[in-house]
Amino acid sequence: MSHDVLEAIIILAQLLLLLAMSFSITRMLRGPRAQDRVLALDALYVNAMILLLTIGIRSDSLLYVEAGLIIGLLGFAGTVALAKFLMRGQVIE
Amino acid sequence: MNHLDALPPWAAILVAVFVLLGALFAFIGSVGLLRLENFYQRVHAPTLGTTLGTFFMLAGSITCFSVLHGRPIFYEILIGVFLTLTTPITLMLLVRAALYRDREEGSQDVPRKLPGE
Repeated sequence: MSHDVLEAIIILAQLLLLLAMSFSITRMLRGPRAQDRVLALDALYVNAMILLLTIGIRSDSLLYVEAGLIIGLLGFAGTVALAKFLMRGQVIE
Repeated sequence: MNHLDALPPWAAILVAVFVLLGALFAFIGSVGLLRLENFYQRVHAPTLGTTLGTFFMLAGSITCFSVLHGRPIFYEILIGVFLTLTTPITLMLLVRAALYRDREEGSQDVPRKLPGE
C-alpha cells in the first residue's frame, strides 16, 4: 500500500520538476535582459540536479548522485563565468 | 519485484514526504522565477529550490539508500555542502553584474553609486 503511494509520489515529483524546468526555459527564452537568462540557466541546472536525484531513488542507483554532483560543479563554473562576462565583457583578463 | 518494495512502510512514507516537499519547493521557486516582475525580485525565487528543495530531496535520498543498503550512506551531503557554498557566490556576482549594467545605462530604478564605492 505505502509502496504504491511512494511510486505515485515519485512520479508526481518528477512531473513537478519537469514543469519547473519548463518554466525556467520559458524565462530563459523570454527574459528581457541577459542577466535574466543567466539566472534562468542557474535555476534550470539546479532543477535538473534534483530531477536526477529522484531518478536515482526510483532506479536504486547511487551513480545518479554522482552525476548530480558533477552537474552542480559545472553549473557553478558556468554561472560564474557568465556573470563575469556580463560584468567585464570578457571571462579571463 | 521492485526494489522499493524492500523499504519498510515507515521509510517509504518518510521518503515520499521528503521527495514531495523537495519537488514542491523547486516548483514554487521556478513559478516565482516566471511570475515576478523585475530582475532584482526574480533573483530571490530560485534560491527556494537550491536550499530547501535540494535539502529535502537529499534527505529523501539518504533515507532511501541508507535503509535499502542497511548501512548509513551520507555522501549525498557533499551536494548540499557544495550548493550551500556556491549559490551565494554566483548570485552575488550576478547581481553585481546586473547592477553595474543598469547603472551604465543610467537607469533610475537602481540606487545611485555611493562615493565610497
